[in-house]
Amino acid sequence: MQTRFSFGGDEHIFAEVDDAMSLEAFFKSLFITNAVRDARIKGVTEICPANASYQVKFDPDQIRPDDLLAELKRLDTASEKSEPVIKTRIIEIPVLYNDPWTHETLMRFRERHQNPNGTDLEYAAQINGLDSVDAFIKAHSNAPWFVSMVGFVAGLPFLYQMVERQRQIQAPKYLRPRTDTPRLTIGHGGCFSCIYSVRGAGGYQMFGITPMPIYDPNQKISYLHDFMCLFRPGDIVKWKPIDRPAYDEAVADVDAGRFAPVIRDVSFSLTEFNRDIDAYNRKLDGVLHGH
Amino acid sequence: MAIKVLKPGLATTVQDLGRPGYYHIGIPLSGGMDRHALVAANLLVGNEEGAAVLEAVFMGPELEFTEDATVAITGAQLPPKLDGEPRETWTSFKVRRGQVLSFDFLKQGARGYIAVAGGIDVPVVLGSRSTYALGALGGFKGRKLEAGDELPVGKAAASVKDGRVVASELRGQPAAMPTELRVMPGLYWHRITEAAGNEFFADTWKVAPEADRIGYRFKGGKPLQFVPREPPFGAGSDPSNITDACYPYGSIQVPGGTEPIVLHRDAVSGGGYFMVGTVISADMDLIGQLQPNTPVRFVKVGMDQALAARKSRAELLGKLRNALT
Repeated sequence: MQTRFSFGGDEHIFAEVDDAMSLEAFFKSLFITNAVRDARIKGVTEICPANASYQVKFDPDQIRPDDLLAELKRLDTASEKSEPVIKTRIIEIPVLYNDPWTHETLMRFRERHQNPNGTDLEYAAQINGLDSVDAFIKAHSNAPWFVSMVGFVAGLPFLYQMVERQRQIQAPKYLRPRTDTPRLTIGHGGCFSCIYSVRGAGGYQMFGITPMPIYDPNQKISYLHDFMCLFRPGDIVKWKPIDRPAYDEAVADVDAGRFAPVIRDVSFSLTEFNRDIDAYNRKLDGVLHGH
Repeated sequence: MAIKVLKPGLATTVQDLGRPGYYHIGIPLSGGMDRHALVAANLLVGNEEGAAVLEAVFMGPELEFTEDATVAITGAQLPPKLDGEPRETWTSFKVRRGQVLSFDFLKQGARGYIAVAGGIDVPVVLGSRSTYALGALGGFKGRKLEAGDELPVGKAAASVKDGRVVASELRGQPAAMPTELRVMPGLYWHRITEAAGNEFFADTWKVAPEADRIGYRFKGGKPLQFVPREPPFGAGSDPSNITDACYPYGSIQVPGGTEPIVLHRDAVSGGGYFMVGTVISADMDLIGQLQPNTPVRFVKVGMDQALAARKSRAELLGKLRNALT
């Protein structure tokens, strides 16, 4: 991995840590963006980590572009020596897989899909070599996911599953994007899952829906009082499959202001994780459920 | 003091100089697409440069004033009328209580900025009054104006004169046709062939109908030819796909290699399409004034030229300030 730097006009530096996705590339991008934030460089206005890249926006009236580039290159080199450990959060997200709302939507846009005669879940199961939708849901929800980027639109998390590359779920985007996606749809495109924070256009395969809002511009929802977006890059997400009664109950709880998401602080070590992935993920599950 | 919206226009929104600092969670800068014109409108009516104004695109709204006010319209040639009587753009004028401000058909440009002494006083959200419609955030209820809305207006500075004018050489509007947008090649420029890169800058493009605050699409140039590759894990199989990354403001993505899209103030903050380069900061305002079908050429520049252009744009703003304050 050799970071490739490029100016994005006179106000941005774009850094591609790797052209392929990996936890190593994501970690490096997260590390460097944290270091840039800590360095409080004069003239830097936005620091945006992404999956395997990052971007820094700056005011060239306050810092010369070449000086900032030199500083980023210095931090890039220094990051190789640091231990890949982060303090972060693990968040449980309840999911009603195979729900009626994404089902209605996917039927409405069927002619834009690779497999017009099935559902997105059936298609994803098939192309990932799993023999049933249930087996697919198990693969999707068994191991946790990293929030590897927040963006596209406000508060939308891109998620990358914490398993070896050969176990990664992959699925192409729709042949032509939909003009509609229900709010809080769990989607998947390429090797990334996402949660649609707002209703709108989209091209990802649709697997289910969560009752738990993740973006509230009015900040009325109890756990979004302090800030309107739930997710930050580096958060860990664990899906919890739920049935329809549990979904309805959670929606009622959100509306009544008594829904309390399960969120725990956790320290994550990439080195320990790579030593035994399944054992490490079981440990994370233990942190989430307090045992 | 309030303004009643009788007719909303096509897509009229409250905007100021934007909301920096939240791009890393997908909340874009927002704010006026033509910032120079927005500042001019504010200075004409004695406001702070970054007070909130109305940005009207292609078609003006119809507004009734509940109190006397001083207003100015800058940016596009969107001719104002007061109770049906013509008024000048780029000029401050008085409005009496009960009078109706409306607009004639757009003559030139795309976006008019309507400043009212005292500024549009919607709540400040994350440091700005700008509307980010995709996220239902800021502005008036997070959306474009609708008939029946009542916009609160702040208290005007003590003395506001009418009849102040911005000289034409200080307006900073696109001049010649085709409009030239200066671009620094970069980002994923290496994904296209040298011939395709040359053609990109040689072709004349036209603004497509899909042109809004998120981005401007262009069509009419030759499709780009890609350098062959083995798709990296996570990028997707189409040659125009990348592992989803951040998008700079002004960056030019070309999905499928066919129609370039220049991201603007309400940019989607990231995604999976490669980009060939970035429009320089000095030329971003001009994009906000382009109508569909306007011919455009992309002109290749380097960092030194971009910084020189930025400096000259800042000098224009300095002259505007000197003339109006």
